[in-house]
Amino acid sequence: MKFLSEYRDPELATALVQQIRSLSSRPWTLMEVCGGQTHTIVKQGILDVLGDSVEMIHGPGCPVCVTPLEQIDRALHLAGRPDVIFTSFGDMLRVPGSDCDLFQVRAQGGDVQVVYSPLDALELARANPDQEVVFFAVGFETTAPANAMAVWQARALGIENFSVLVSHVTVPPAMTAILESSDNRVQGFLAAGHVCTVMGWEEYEPIADRYQVPIVVTGFEPVDILEGIWMAIKQLEEGRAEVENQYARSVRRDGNRQARDIVSQVFELVDRQWRGIGEIPMSGLGLRDEFAAWDAERKFDLQGITATEPAECRAGDVLRGRIKPIECAAFGTTCTPENPLGAPMVSSEGACAAYWAYARYRTADDAGEGFAVQNAEPRS
Amino acid sequence: MCLGIPGQVVEMYGAEGLPMGVVDFGGVRREVCLAYVADEVEVGSYAIVHVGFAISLVDEDEALRTYEALKELDQLDELEWMSDIGSPRPPGPVSDSVEGAEQPGDGSP
Repeated sequence: MKFLSEYRDPELATALVQQIRSLSSRPWTLMEVCGGQTHTIVKQGILDVLGDSVEMIHGPGCPVCVTPLEQIDRALHLAGRPDVIFTSFGDMLRVPGSDCDLFQVRAQGGDVQVVYSPLDALELARANPDQEVVFFAVGFETTAPANAMAVWQARALGIENFSVLVSHVTVPPAMTAILESSDNRVQGFLAAGHVCTVMGWEEYEPIADRYQVPIVVTGFEPVDILEGIWMAIKQLEEGRAEVENQYARSVRRDGNRQARDIVSQVFELVDRQWRGIGEIPMSGLGLRDEFAAWDAERKFDLQGITATEPAECRAGDVLRGRIKPIECAAFGTTCTPENPLGAPMVSSEGACAAYWAYARYRTADDAGEGFAVQNAEPRS
Repeated sequence: MCLGIPGQVVEMYGAEGLPMGVVDFGGVRREVCLAYVADEVEVGSYAIVHVGFAISLVDEDEALRTYEALKELDQLDELEWMSDIGSPRPPGPVSDSVEGAEQPGDGSP
């Protein structure tokens, strides 16, 4: 437990770890579905301080990582068109498509621009009326209100040279898909705090009830995560399966009503491919018919663009928690952050990149429960 | 990329039918859409901001603590985008500065 001294509140962290360890009558397996939480868990050595009381599986909580190859290829196609200014959040630019990434398209003369807010992309459309501006609308529920508002405003202001390539995904259907799979090992979930800040947690209640799994809405700081784990373990030990809220300082049960309203007016639930996982029914958001004029997939002919994921990349097994990143043969050999095979090695929130940055010297044998650690970063 | 960053609302105004404002993130200022916190927000409020939109309001202690925690966790990607992309307010054309934004979202140390 030497790393606990580095935490903001080391005494509280130490107390929580002791409680988790003494509470656990057996090893439990939990999954976090938030790239920010994965980052914290790996960086702060939370896996190690918990010993064999809890195994954390890193779920598909990184939107960059689950954006399907097909959508990346469509983005690359659009970005290469001379009449298009392609706009995106920064972390999509290095995600490998079938042949290249957005950075390479830009190097070859494509107009690819990073924006901070989708409203910036809309502004760009207004400033360049002779160009088509396409925004790559990716993300989980946290990002959906922003992207929905850009489309809403495009219609309100009559900006017709703006469209969005949508690859939005939602968390609860992914949790259900994981629980439905025959080799599922997950016994409880930490739900993502900022996703629930927008959506609340009503959607999680039927999942907890139906599959008898505790779900704890959790923040992303080390002490938040330890507390979330403790709350989930306590439920498991007591035979309860409820939705609880560790992150009460930001999350309300019904989330952010105003944000949810706009999202539901602009988007509807659609089947969506998840990179490495496959199609999950009703797990994504697509534009409603009223907004078809701002849908890049309907505006440009993209249906012919399909893709097959490289077999060497085991991102799907990582995202489903079947293997830890270091158990993939490509990890650190043919797949590194400089030359990624799959998206989880690209984003700082991807499990593979987090292991590369903070835990790459672990061996595959260590990947099970309670391993000793030799961290990439020396710690005092 | 689902982590919001806390900042303080220092200015509020309407623009094209939307409640907008300027938010200060530890010295970096950026235009932010306040539509989703419009009922409660006022100048001086602390908001959690994600991709240019305030998604909730928090108290000052929570905002400052969260900001420091994000810094320690190398999870201020969004702030890096903001700095890379520049133009604190109004957002204006994004085009001038993007060329230098190498891997802005990749916060890996």
